[in-house]
Amino acid sequence: MIEVLDPVRCTSCNICVRVCPTNVFDAVEGDIPVIARHSDCQTCFQCEAWCPADAIFVSPSRTPEPDGSPLRDGEALAARNLLGLYRDRVGWRRGTTSASENLPSTDDYHVWATPLPEGAPR
Amino acid sequence: MSSTSSTANRLTRSARIARAPRPAILQNTGESLQLAADVLVLGGGPAGTWAAIAATEAGARVVLADKGYCGTSGVAATAGVGHWLVPPDVAARDAEIFPREAQGGYLTDRTWTDAVLDEAWYRTELIPGWGYRPATTPPPRLFAQPGRRSFAGTAPDYLRFLRGRTKRGGATILDHSPALELLVDDDGHVSGARGYQRQAGRPWTVTAGAVVLATGGTTWKSHSLGGDVDTGEGHLMAAEVGAHLSSMEFSNFYGMVPLGTSMDKNGFFIAASYWDHHGDPITYRNLHESRAELLAASLRGTVTATFTQFPPEARARVRAGMPNFFMVVDKLGVDPFTDRFPIDWVQEGTVRGTGGVHVLDHDAATGVPGLYAAGDIAARDRIVGSATGAGGPNLAWAVATGTWAGRAAARDATTPAAPARLTPTGTHGLRAPRATASARGGDSWRDVVGVVQGQMHPIAKAAFRDEEGLAASGSLLDERWARPERLVPAAGTGSGEAIRTREAAGMLATARWVIAAARARTESRGMHTRVDHPRTDPAQTHRLLVGGLDETWVRPDPDLPVTGPVPAGAPGPADVKEAS
Ligand SMILES: Cc1cc2nc3c(=O)[nH]c(=O)nc-3n(C[C@H](O)[C@H](O)[C@H](O)COP(=O)(O)OP(=O)(O)OC[C@H]3O[C@@H](n4cnc5c(N)ncnc54)[C@H](O)[C@@H]3O)c2cc1C
Ligand code: SF4
Ligand code: SF4
Repeated sequence: MIEVLDPVRCTSCNICVRVCPTNVFDAVEGDIPVIARHSDCQTCFQCEAWCPADAIFVSPSRTPEPDGSPLRDGEALAARNLLGLYRDRVGWRRGTTSASENLPSTDDYHVWATPLPEGAPR
Repeated sequence: MSSTSSTANRLTRSARIARAPRPAILQNTGESLQLAADVLVLGGGPAGTWAAIAATEAGARVVLADKGYCGTSGVAATAGVGHWLVPPDVAARDAEIFPREAQGGYLTDRTWTDAVLDEAWYRTELIPGWGYRPATTPPPRLFAQPGRRSFAGTAPDYLRFLRGRTKRGGATILDHSPALELLVDDDGHVSGARGYQRQAGRPWTVTAGAVVLATGGTTWKSHSLGGDVDTGEGHLMAAEVGAHLSSMEFSNFYGMVPLGTSMDKNGFFIAASYWDHHGDPITYRNLHESRAELLAASLRGTVTATFTQFPPEARARVRAGMPNFFMVVDKLGVDPFTDRFPIDWVQEGTVRGTGGVHVLDHDAATGVPGLYAAGDIAARDRIVGSATGAGGPNLAWAVATGTWAGRAAARDATTPAAPARLTPTGTHGLRAPRATASARGGDSWRDVVGVVQGQMHPIAKAAFRDEEGLAASGSLLDERWARPERLVPAAGTGSGEAIRTREAAGMLATARWVIAAARARTESRGMHTRVDHPRTDPAQTHRLLVGGLDETWVRPDPDLPVTGPVPAGAPGPADVKEAS
């Protein structure tokens, strides 16, 4: 679930408010958005991909991170360059750094990852 | 790319796509939004966007309303999806369709499969010309076999692209605008819908000559990847105007995830290695046969997995092929190629399952005048039978039925009456006969959601079924259904609360059809495992239709499966003939 919206990086563009499929955020006049309905978060990572400021971290857990979890510690996650990781991985971050982790995919993995049935022509 | 060539690219792109006329604005105030269109599409996943594109291609004025944001919402937007593409060539089709007929328990109909594959083949061919350029995927590679083509709709690019293509075609998109109920005219012709714009805080009404339902399957909010928006109220809306469903017993496919996460991308799990909670290896043969074995092992303790199938030199490509999955394991600090990492499951209901609204023909018509259904909301039993359509068939189905529905809706759209002349059809979750102010249930929708999830999510109940458990679940659900006043939104039918109550009603309605169909199928077949009927019964080689609101009903589909030769000993239509 979404755990971090970094108030320092956030530019109040409200893109996350617009794109979140489950309407987790509320826009705030003259301020950064708030995570208004955390329990509606479906852990889809869309906000992390769309946020142009790399201000968001979505924890992979489909339940809230407990108090003290490192996956709720915005500063530590920012220091490890993990905010906006998904944006980087899908190639939406300008000037992407981690080239080896961001190779272009030329394959339809669903086809080649599924073993063909026995006897089927290859 | 230089700026000159990108400008040229943009020009050719927009020159190629004709723009349909805009819907008419009847009212646009703080109190309400009212539009008039030829075709109204509900849902903006692949099925809805392909339907809207087809309708605008035919020159129709189109409105597409999505509960979330068209482009991020729904399962495909966030999962990334391969499409099942087989060239229109008899030998190639036979080679692909035969094995799937066996997996699907011989419930399929190859005339439908052929038609779906034809449409998906021709439609996906148009995508590159429309300017699809995903950030991390160069144009799809050609397969070694001549004439083969593949198309991977990567996340989050593909649905963002389809949104843009839908708008360029001239459709008006309403985001954060869930539909709550259908509107019919005096002849019972579906003529629009109404819903609520949750960010604008106002009700919306769209009158239309025809409506396409593309609101997805349902997972009963299991927190699978992108699935919580799909809650079954579209199925309920269809049933309220007289449509019925099919194959709802095949609604219990579970996606495998790294423990505790939503990441149910399963492509690489298919050939992985597994161990049970004692560390003993579990053999995983394929998606269809070994599921039950792994699910059962998960009931005994935590199963672990490793992607042992990939040699080190293949791993970079594998990582690049599924960026969302590897983002998740990287955040968790797991190396799935070498670590034994714990897994569990999320219910994927009718998303990777099969059941849904029964469509009658290659117009994706529901039989109710003016109403069409496309994608996961429509039963795709004819192309996948009792098996999952994961890994390609589901998207071929979404593209094909979306196209059929959009085209037919544009062709058959009548001129709708004015909003005031139309009748709203919503029942549970909106209205109830005895819904006095004091009888209304406050937030009792939470209780309904909890009860539904308690029957539909646990592996012990939903993956391994028996009559006793199904009957117990059925009576709990019927009790909730019998008190509709508890689901009437206190704030009224045009309110944010109505979204919650209507979702709860949709989850409840779909769960009741699942139970009814699962009780009627007294055998095990495909993903439907009855521990009290472990064998496949050749006499039940037919699809089951299901429907009804207060009283549910189930009966065999008189349209029998159409498959190739059934091998001796396998349960199939040939056995049915012998038995009868
Ligand atoms: C992890 C995962 C991977 C998958 N991979 C593949 C694959 O590789 N190949 C394949 O073929 N299939 C795959 N599938 C299945 C595939 O994603 C679905 O079949 C496909 O998304 C169906 O498209 P749809 O448009 O019907 O539904 P969705 O994509 O779910 O879209 C439904 C839309 O309807 C909207 N909606 C819901 N209720 C309402 C309402 N009341 N009013 C208005 N709008 C509403 C939702 O917001 C959503 O945008 C995968 C599924 C999962 C879970
Ligand atoms: S998208 Fe990012 S920058 Fe924009 S408002 Fe949301 S968190 Fe802030
Ligand atoms: S992860 Fe998905 S559901 Fe959760 S806040 Fe982000 S966009 Fe919304």
